[in-house]
Amino acid sequence: MERMPKWADVVLIPLISLLLAAVISAIVILAIGEDPINAVQLMVKGALGSTYGWGYTLYYATNFMFTGLAVAVAFHARLFNIGGEGQAMLGGLGVALVCLYLPWPHWSLALIAAALGAGLFGAAWAFLPAILQAKRGSHIVITTIMFNFIAAAFLNYLLVGALKPRGAMDPSTARFPEATNLPSLHDILAPLGIGFSKAAPANIAFLVGVLACVLVWLLIWRTRLGYEIRAFGHSEPAALYAGISPTKITVVTMMISGALAGMMAINNVMGEAERLVLNATEGAGFIGIAVALMGRSHPFGVFLAAILFGFLYQGGAELSLWTNIPRELIIVIQALVILFTGALDNMVRLPLERMFMAFRRMGA
Amino acid sequence: MELLTVLQVLDSTVRLSTPLLLACLAGLFSERAGIFDIGLEGKMLAAAFFSAAIAAVTGSVWIGLGAGITASVALSLLHGLASITFRGNQLISGVAINFLAAGMTVLIAQTWFQQGGRTPALIGGGRFNGVVLPGAEALRDVPVIGPIYYELISGHSILVYAAFACVPLTWWVLYRTRFGLRLRAVGENPEAVDTAGISVTRLRFAAVVICGLLCGIAGAYLATALQAGFVQDMTAGRGFIALAALIFAKWRPWHALYATLLFGFLQAIALRNQNLDLGFVTLPAQAMDALPYILTVVILAGFVGKAVPPRAGGQPYVKER
Repeated sequence: MERMPKWADVVLIPLISLLLAAVISAIVILAIGEDPINAVQLMVKGALGSTYGWGYTLYYATNFMFTGLAVAVAFHARLFNIGGEGQAMLGGLGVALVCLYLPWPHWSLALIAAALGAGLFGAAWAFLPAILQAKRGSHIVITTIMFNFIAAAFLNYLLVGALKPRGAMDPSTARFPEATNLPSLHDILAPLGIGFSKAAPANIAFLVGVLACVLVWLLIWRTRLGYEIRAFGHSEPAALYAGISPTKITVVTMMISGALAGMMAINNVMGEAERLVLNATEGAGFIGIAVALMGRSHPFGVFLAAILFGFLYQGGAELSLWTNIPRELIIVIQALVILFTGALDNMVRLPLERMFMAFRRMGA
Repeated sequence: MELLTVLQVLDSTVRLSTPLLLACLAGLFSERAGIFDIGLEGKMLAAAFFSAAIAAVTGSVWIGLGAGITASVALSLLHGLASITFRGNQLISGVAINFLAAGMTVLIAQTWFQQGGRTPALIGGGRFNGVVLPGAEALRDVPVIGPIYYELISGHSILVYAAFACVPLTWWVLYRTRFGLRLRAVGENPEAVDTAGISVTRLRFAAVVICGLLCGIAGAYLATALQAGFVQDMTAGRGFIALAALIFAKWRPWHALYATLLFGFLQAIALRNQNLDLGFVTLPAQAMDALPYILTVVILAGFVGKAVPPRAGGQPYVKER
């Protein structure tokens, strides 16, 4: 028997967790000596009050959609992929190689190739931890953490060495050719007669991100592979009994996860920076964890949570501009969301379950 | 290379190994009791900030150390609350604690000191200074032994000696006391411990608090001995290197010492030379940065002996009724 209705599990628990995180954040803001209500107003105005704000919100949200989906897909197979950060870095390398070393006549072809390159590199970076987990039993959480650091050292090596143009000072690649520059939301919406900020970095990758959400939904709930992934996640012995190969599922799921994380690079590297810089991911790989937990590993939930975190990021940047609240407040909120929706899930869930059971008894 | 150069590299190896060693032993207590802890980094960072901040305000490094330990233990208790009391996912809790520390330290530093997320530089009694061991000055000019004693063994802060003393102490606690036996048992087979009438919850909380204590000293060492003050994200992945060392050491105290000395040595070389010329091949500094992680993956893959974690690690214990 279900202990509580599905809507409570899907909607109520995340909302209560979010509320708890918000209350603690408000206390933190009060402790800094600022006004939380004023802070929220500033954040809403800065992130959603103009097309410029929206442009940044959606740009950040696009990053988090990809990394959130990456973590979510792995969660379905009960694999915890903390390596999104490293996989996204490698994805950036894939994008950079595609854009710099191949001639592209049009951005659309470049986008497809870059997405493939990013996905391939991200998947490749997830492959080793996956195969080691499947074949040798090495804990995937530890190996993916290690691979984040190895990726950072590797990119550092490339960006101060082989990939840096001659004579350049800062560790980054050359600018990508004009033909690979993606249209921004301004360019896309202008022909439709909708005015959108020209300066904001949101670009066509946002639509690719939305498409990725739909495709992941199809994969998880409408394909044989998705069924196998979920079956494996629910019970490994049962999956094995049903003839599902744990090795195959672990490796394939992690590679899909790595590919999704890697594809974030079409947004931040190709769409925004238009060159590969050091630490291009800026922690987005880790925010994917919060986004996937918040979104209950469902693509639509991930979509909403990504927008929420995009709002928090842009709002937080505005906040640090106008008040004494540092930008790091967002990291605290992110930590609280992970804490309440992930680790302290039972703290919220158990009293609620008890409450629903009591209601049911009274009704019966 | 001259003896003095070698000694200087080894000297900085000792300095850089110390925080790794303390954090590694911290993780050892926690993981041996069956509580995975990837929040070592966050606890060290919190301790680094609070020790530096309180030492800067009070001018006493010992009060600072106390504050650092308190902050670290508080985060440990949060980890315990999530993973023992509410039986949550220990890995997710660790991730949350890392972010909480990363955000909160800068937030509070900015509010208290307005110096861009750092603490004021520590001076005088606000820092742990080197301890000159008896006879170091006198023996200094004796060939070979003199420089080794003076440069390498003497002249570190008290926390360095404390950290090294923790290795035999940890060994003794784990393998020679009743508490240690129970602690190891609770990480392998909590049901058996419970059947014997011993509280699994209390044992695991004890382990988690010891973990917090040691992480606290590690963090305080970073901010008040190795450096003079806190800067944003100053742990710089040391918590994860310690975690790597713990696996490398296969969850054993003496091996933890060797592993952290090795990783500290790699850091010391990367710090000193940009590139390492081995004669036949030149290793870039980034390779030195990545080497601890690569070695850990190789060990985890089981190609050089198998690293088997405590059997009940990561699983919350549900008491039978």
